[in-house]
Amino acid sequence: MLQIRVHGRGGQGVVTTAELIAYAAFKDGYFAQAFPFFGVERSGAPITAFARIDKKTIITREQIYEPNYLIILDSTLINDDVCLKGITPNTKLIINSKDSPETISKLVKRKIKARNILTIPASEIALNYLERNIVNTVVLGAFARLSGTISMNSLKSAITEKLADKGSVQVKKNINAVNAAFKYEEIS
Amino acid sequence: MTISFLEGSRAIAQTIANIQPDVVSAYPITPQTHIVEDLARFKAEKKADYEYLLAESEAAAASIVLGASAAGARVYTATSSQGLLLMLEVLYNAAGLRLPLVMTVANRAVGAPINIWNDHSDAMAMRDAGWVMLFAENHQEAVDLHVIAYRLAESTNLPVAVNVDGFILTHSHESVIIPDNKTIKKILPDYLPTDGAFLDTKNPTTIGGFFTSEHYWLERKQLDTDLKNALPLISKLYKQWKKILPTPSPVKAKFENGLLEYCGPSHPETLIIAMGSMAGTIKETIKDNKSVGLLKIRSFRPFPDIRQFTTSCKHIAVVEKAMSSGASGPLYAEVGSSLYNYKGVLSDNIVGLGGRDVSLQTIKHIIKSSGKAGIKFW
Repeated sequence: MLQIRVHGRGGQGVVTTAELIAYAAFKDGYFAQAFPFFGVERSGAPITAFARIDKKTIITREQIYEPNYLIILDSTLINDDVCLKGITPNTKLIINSKDSPETISKLVKRKIKARNILTIPASEIALNYLERNIVNTVVLGAFARLSGTISMNSLKSAITEKLADKGSVQVKKNINAVNAAFKYEEIS
Repeated sequence: MTISFLEGSRAIAQTIANIQPDVVSAYPITPQTHIVEDLARFKAEKKADYEYLLAESEAAAASIVLGASAAGARVYTATSSQGLLLMLEVLYNAAGLRLPLVMTVANRAVGAPINIWNDHSDAMAMRDAGWVMLFAENHQEAVDLHVIAYRLAESTNLPVAVNVDGFILTHSHESVIIPDNKTIKKILPDYLPTDGAFLDTKNPTTIGGFFTSEHYWLERKQLDTDLKNALPLISKLYKQWKKILPTPSPVKAKFENGLLEYCGPSHPETLIIAMGSMAGTIKETIKDNKSVGLLKIRSFRPFPDIRQFTTSCKHIAVVEKAMSSGASGPLYAEVGSSLYNYKGVLSDNIVGLGGRDVSLQTIKHIIKSSGKAGIKFW
């Protein structure tokens, strides 16, 4: 079973990130589960969301304590205790940051090897493609590239469905942003 | 029937829309909100033709569905926490008036302190109201129990509450099969209220007359008898429904009758008794354990006979998400009362209050300490 924990702030699309990972995995034929844990009900408050992917039905509903993947949408949360809880030597960190994995590795108070860190300038890509600092779909492109668990086809199809009520222009912009993130990781 | 990947609230809302109630009324409250927002949206998009009434409070929402039900309509409402407390007076009346309301309770803690997360404190406040109370473990069960709830309510004239853990089920996404209207009709025919049992200008009758002490107790006793008599019907409807809509069960149960489900060894040393979504986490914890079993209570009201599961076990650990301040937890009280001559060690484990996570580790600790009796908070 693959366990993914997403951290960010209210309004950044933390819950949607976990949901889209799970939905894309479902489309790829896996069993999947996604659920949020909200902090206080206000914009900007730290929020955690969880996703699980498995080849068999997932029955547990505990929160994720030892994630295989940790996704951080807001780099100011990096040294938050909740954020770093349960990191194992194998946990892979995907973080929205312009810094290099080496810099992040030095910055973070818990030991994470630079080779287990993937940094992506998601805010920059989001501003470029979406004209707004909403980074969740961008980070998903990086996750798809790094994990190899969810296919880009399923991810794009999940995003298209989820954002359908925002109109086809928004959908197209998000798909372009996801493609850019995927390619960015491929090149780097 | 296709498998969808949906939020629990959406799965419930789509099921309710397919059940085709005549009147839906609610007041939004976290974590029930997504269910009633979806139902309002279906109506606005002309995908449903029920009357949707946004009430000014939960007391009003409950009164609206009570009134509509008294006029012979199939009705639906949903609430949580403080909202349920505000409905409470009406809920007692709905049962006493024998009106087949169906309500979803998206279970949430009750203030103070204010807290929006999950536990079963709200449900336990309506424990004695005379409603059937069912608890769902996952999305599929939530969907199934709503279909069964309508058939049960309309066959017995008893109101039914389907309890789903707030956030854990209402805000989570997983795969689920939503039955369409044609499939639902195989177990739930169109609602035709009994002549003389509803308010009809062509056939005037009184509902809710005054009962003196000579007759009041008889009416209340009848409610109790009818609730208890509903046990075999719940069992029958559950089995019938799972034949109509079979869904794969992730963990093979050794016993399943709709009211209760048992998973684990044939002769467990320790038996855990629990309700709701944490049953999944418990099953995951004990899957390779040869000495611990789980008895899941799906029907809390009426409360089924659990004695056949307890004969061999040395320890019984009740695990519940509610407390009764100044006494033991409500589920423990039921179990203790059913097993008054049980010779083993019985413990009450109160977990998950106000959304505190019930983890595999929590369950392991409970199992480890199950040799010690008493009330424990985790």
